Amino acid sequence: MIDVNAPDFWPNLMQVMLEGTWETIYMTAIAMAITFVVGLPLGIILVGTEQGRFLERPFGSRALGRAINAVLGFVVNLGRSVPFIVLMIALIPVTRWLLGSFIGTGPAIVPLTLVAIPFFVRVVEIAVREVDPGLFEAADSLGASRWLLVKRVLLPQAWPAILLGTATTITSIINFSAMVGVVGGGGLGNVALTYGMQRYSVLHIVFVVVILFVLVQVIQWLLTLAAKRFGAVPNRRGGKKAMADAQAHLDADVALEAPQTPDRGRDGAR
Amino acid sequence: MISIEHVSRRFGDGPNAVVALDDVSIEVAKGQIFGVVGQSGAGKSTLLRTVNALERPDSGRVVVDGVDVTSLSGKALLKERHKIGMVFQHFNLVGNRTVAQNVEFALEAVGTPKSDRRPKALEMLDLVGLAHRADDRPGQLSGGQRQRVGIARALASGPDVLLSDEATSALDPETTRSILELIQRLSRELGLTVLLITHEMEVVKRICDAAALMEHGRVIEQGPLDELIRTPGSAVAAELFPVGEAHYISGHRIIDITYTGLSADRPIIAQLARDFGLDVSILGAALETIGGHQAGRTRLAVPGDASVALKVIDTLTAQGVTAWEVLA
Repeated sequence: MIDVNAPDFWPNLMQVMLEGTWETIYMTAIAMAITFVVGLPLGIILVGTEQGRFLERPFGSRALGRAINAVLGFVVNLGRSVPFIVLMIALIPVTRWLLGSFIGTGPAIVPLTLVAIPFFVRVVEIAVREVDPGLFEAADSLGASRWLLVKRVLLPQAWPAILLGTATTITSIINFSAMVGVVGGGGLGNVALTYGMQRYSVLHIVFVVVILFVLVQVIQWLLTLAAKRFGAVPNRRGGKKAMADAQAHLDADVALEAPQTPDRGRDGAR
Repeated sequence: MISIEHVSRRFGDGPNAVVALDDVSIEVAKGQIFGVVGQSGAGKSTLLRTVNALERPDSGRVVVDGVDVTSLSGKALLKERHKIGMVFQHFNLVGNRTVAQNVEFALEAVGTPKSDRRPKALEMLDLVGLAHRADDRPGQLSGGQRQRVGIARALASGPDVLLSDEATSALDPETTRSILELIQRLSRELGLTVLLITHEMEVVKRICDAAALMEHGRVIEQGPLDELIRTPGSAVAAELFPVGEAHYISGHRIIDITYTGLSADRPIIAQLARDFGLDVSILGAALETIGGHQAGRTRLAVPGDASVALKVIDTLTAQGVTAWEVLA
């Protein structure tokens, strides 16, 4: 039991909290950065290679498109279905091989990234699906290259939903980062474990909870603001509603498994 | 300019297959405004999309300005599409980018250098009267304005052909008129060949030089509008001048007459009554301005038998109008 009246209690607590917060931010930031760079293209490719979509035939081959779609879909679903704690333990040899150790803040980034990527791919997938198919058709009619279509049509339109989804992803990385504390990772989870659970300090637990709460709130607020700046238009009716819908859709979808939207029929009945 | 040759397209397999296009051939001359009309589901949209290869026919080919579009793929297809602009019923503008950026996108697609894009986009927007809204988002514009942006985007790459997919169907009548006038003006100024599809006869009346009528994936009738009007029993003419169902009166014969230009101004019916001493009654009539000329259709009930009807038809034909008997 820790003595609250000890002269060095408060300086010590501050020190521990600062360190823990920094470690959590560090792990989350790097995991999110890698997740974003890997997950964004994967999500776009996953939707694009579906039948009737803009990457249906990469290099002119429908078979290749189908194969890429099947493999990606399988890997993403596999990644999503393994519980984090199992993934973390399963990855110990991989992490040790990669970084020489599996204990500590740095090595914790490996399982965090691997759990976040499938999650974020799904986020991107939903955002891309929401883009009006008419826009792809218009881009095609203008003779735009695939890259230009992604850069100038798909990303601008999907951006607000991707930003909101990024906030959700960061929240879940923070969530998982606390669990890493159990296997010797750093961060606020480790603080809660060592001070709160093993040494019964209620104050430490309260601080960890408050810091995590503030962290998540700030991230959510910042990214929602960014999404609105990008997507919402002044005077556009339904802008707010559309945003709320997108968020609700995302939340629901991330929580449950997304029901596959049936492919838009390519029939001639227009 | 556009030559659609024996194009067929079906969707799905087996008993559920839908034949969208059934051996369709259409010829559009350079500089012409050609309208394809028909109910929704008639295959118009699929037909239009074969011209810029957004849709591939199962058989037949489409030749645009000497190039067989159906055989193109990859870079060659992108290049060909730069010569074929397209506008859409729901405009299909990128909502999160500005009006100017939407037009600049078309220029970027054809490889216009970055520094030239903005001035060129403003020039295109000026052409459609929207240069002052360049930095607004499409969501801040009205439907008619959005379609103008769509037109500016479609024409930015300097195409020879404009495809219009129900461009005015989501607009109110007044806005429809102004968009049609814009298309007509640009077609003349830029020498554009326009192929448009619509379910509104109004569009054909206002701007088309020629038209085709489609039903269940087949072309029922096609040709220059003035020719169609002069064709006895023309379905297009019947759509252009609706006079309702034919109500048969015993002892009478029903005769339809269509007329264009000068013959529309002559008192042919009064003359008919005078010359034959017949009590001709008018069952219905529709008069329209088509391609800047008066044209119309009148449905007459003439007392007498087939021989009287024949005589009347001969007389009317001699006066330069088209007349035929409507049989039960």
